[in-house]
Amino acid sequence: MTESRIPASFMAPGSSSFADFLATNAPDLLPARRTLPATNASDIAPHGTTIVAVTFPGGVVMAGDRRATMGNVIAQRDIQKVFPADEFSCVGIAGTAGLAVEMVRLFQTELEHYEKIEGTTLSMDGKANRLAALIRQNLGMAMQGLAVVPLFAGFDHESSAGRIFSYDVTGGRYEETSFHSVGSGSMFARGALKKLYREDLDEAGAVTAIVQALYDAADDDSATGGPDLTRRIFPVVHVITADGGRRLPDADVAEVADRVVGGRMRRPDGPVAALEGGN
Amino acid sequence: MSMGFGGYVSPEQLMKDRADFARKGISRGRSVVGLQYADGILFVSENPSAALHKVSEIYDRIAFAAVGRYNEFENLRIAGVRLADMRGYSYDRRDVTGRGLANAYAQTLGTIFSSGGEKPYEVELFVGEIGDTPESDQLYRLTYDGQVADEHGYAVMGGAAEVVSGYLKERYREGASLEQAVQLAAAALGHSPGGNGGDSSDRVIPVEDLEVAVLDRTRTQPRKFSRLSPSRLTALLGERGSSAVVDQPSPEISPGEVPGSGTTPGGEPPIAPPL
Repeated sequence: MTESRIPASFMAPGSSSFADFLATNAPDLLPARRTLPATNASDIAPHGTTIVAVTFPGGVVMAGDRRATMGNVIAQRDIQKVFPADEFSCVGIAGTAGLAVEMVRLFQTELEHYEKIEGTTLSMDGKANRLAALIRQNLGMAMQGLAVVPLFAGFDHESSAGRIFSYDVTGGRYEETSFHSVGSGSMFARGALKKLYREDLDEAGAVTAIVQALYDAADDDSATGGPDLTRRIFPVVHVITADGGRRLPDADVAEVADRVVGGRMRRPDGPVAALEGGN
Repeated sequence: MSMGFGGYVSPEQLMKDRADFARKGISRGRSVVGLQYADGILFVSENPSAALHKVSEIYDRIAFAAVGRYNEFENLRIAGVRLADMRGYSYDRRDVTGRGLANAYAQTLGTIFSSGGEKPYEVELFVGEIGDTPESDQLYRLTYDGQVADEHGYAVMGGAAEVVSGYLKERYREGASLEQAVQLAAAALGHSPGGNGGDSSDRVIPVEDLEVAVLDRTRTQPRKFSRLSPSRLTALLGERGSSAVVDQPSPEISPGEVPGSGTTPGGEPPIAPPL
C-alpha cells in the first residue's frame, strides 16, 4: 500500500455504495461485468447446492451443506457456502460457486463501506435490496448457465426478529416466513422443515431442525453432501440473535450431526410427525 | 509593500504564509488525544456534536482522527475508507495497512500544501493501527503540510496541543488499562495551565461532550474499532470531582471564533464548522 497522492476520484463526492464506486472507478472488479461467449458455461464451473434458514423467537439460523459439484463430479467436499454479511446478517449461496463467493465479498464490502461512510448501518430491508441489485447485474451470466441464487437472513433490530429473504436470478426479492431453502436439494429440505418446524423452537431446536433438513436434502439429492462421518465434515451453521451473528464451532455442529445420524440409524427417514393436529 | 502584479514574494515567505494560515485554522479547534494502552489505541476528543465525528473507523485495525476544518478532513476520511475498501476487496483484508494509508494522506496533504493553486488544508490527522501486541501498534500523526511523525505512547493535535501533551508527558505510562487511559485523556483535555502549576482551574468535560473510540485488540470481531457509549464512558470515568465549572467556556477557544460554531457544550453546530 505505497500510494502517491490519493486520486481525485477518491476525493470526489459520490454515493455511499462501494459497488457504485467500483462501477465508476474500477468496473473490471465487479463480478458481473464480464462478456461471455454465447454458450452454456454451467458444466465447467463448480456449483454449490443446498442452503437452509430457519427463524426462531429471537433470531435466525442458516446452514449449508459442504458439497460443490461439477457435473457428476464432486468438486469440493468442504466448501463454505454460508458467510457473515455483517454483524447481524448472513448470506448463503447456491449456484455458480466462483461468482457467488465473489458476489458475497462485494456484498460484505458494500455493507461495511456504507456503515463506515454514513456512520450507521443499513436497515434490514436496505441490505436485502442492495443484494437484489447485485444479483440483477448478474442476469446476463445467469442466462448462460452461471446463475447465483443467494439466501439472505439476519436479525432486524426494528422488529426484534429474525428475517429471511430469497431471490431469483432477475434480482426479485421475496421475504419468507418461518423457514426457507434454496439450491438443488431445497425441495427435500423444505419438505422436511414443513414437518419439523414449530414456532416455539429455541436456538438449539432450530439448529437440530436445520441439520435434519440438510440430512434429508442429502438423502434424496445427489448434489447435496450429507454429514461426512469419516472425514468429520459437517454443515456450516450461522446463528444470529440480537447479540450479533456467529458461526457455530465445528465441535458443536458435530455433536448435533452425530445425534441426528444416530437417530437415523434407528429410523432412516427421520423423526415421525403427528398425522393430525399440531405438535 | 508592492501593490498588484509585479510584487515578488519569496518562496520562503509563501510557504510561511501558507503554514501560518493552516496553523491558525487548526489552532481554533479543540484537541484530540491518541493514546496507546494495554489493549490497543484510545482516541479522545472534546466534541459536543454527536453527529459530526472527529474519530472514525477506516478498516479492520485502522482508525482515523482529525482536527481542523470539518469538510476537509471528512473528505480525507471518505477517501481513506474508499482506498482501504478498494484495496481489501481487490487484494486481501491483510493487505490494507496503516502505513500505506498514512503515506497516501501525506502525499495528498503535501501536494496540496505546496501547489500554488489550492488552499492548504487546515487539518491534522491521526492514523492509528493496532497489531497483535502493543509493540506492533502504530500511531501516525500527519500535519497540514504532509509531514508524518511516528508517535509513541501518546500524541495530541489541535488548539491546546501543547498544554494537553504537557499534562500527558508528566502522567503517561505504558501498559495502562482502558479505564486509566480514558481517565487520563479526559483529564488532560480539560487541563488548563493554572496559576503556579496547580490543577485548580481544570475543567471536568461532561461525558456527553466527549467523543471516545478505541481500536481494541481484545474484540473477537475482525473489526477492532468501537465507540464507547456515554453509559460505558460514565462507568469508566468514575467520580470526577466537581462539575461546577463545566459551564465555563473552554479557555483555549478564542472569543472571536466563528459564531455559533458549537463552543457551547451540547449546542449543535451549523454546517461544517471548524470543530
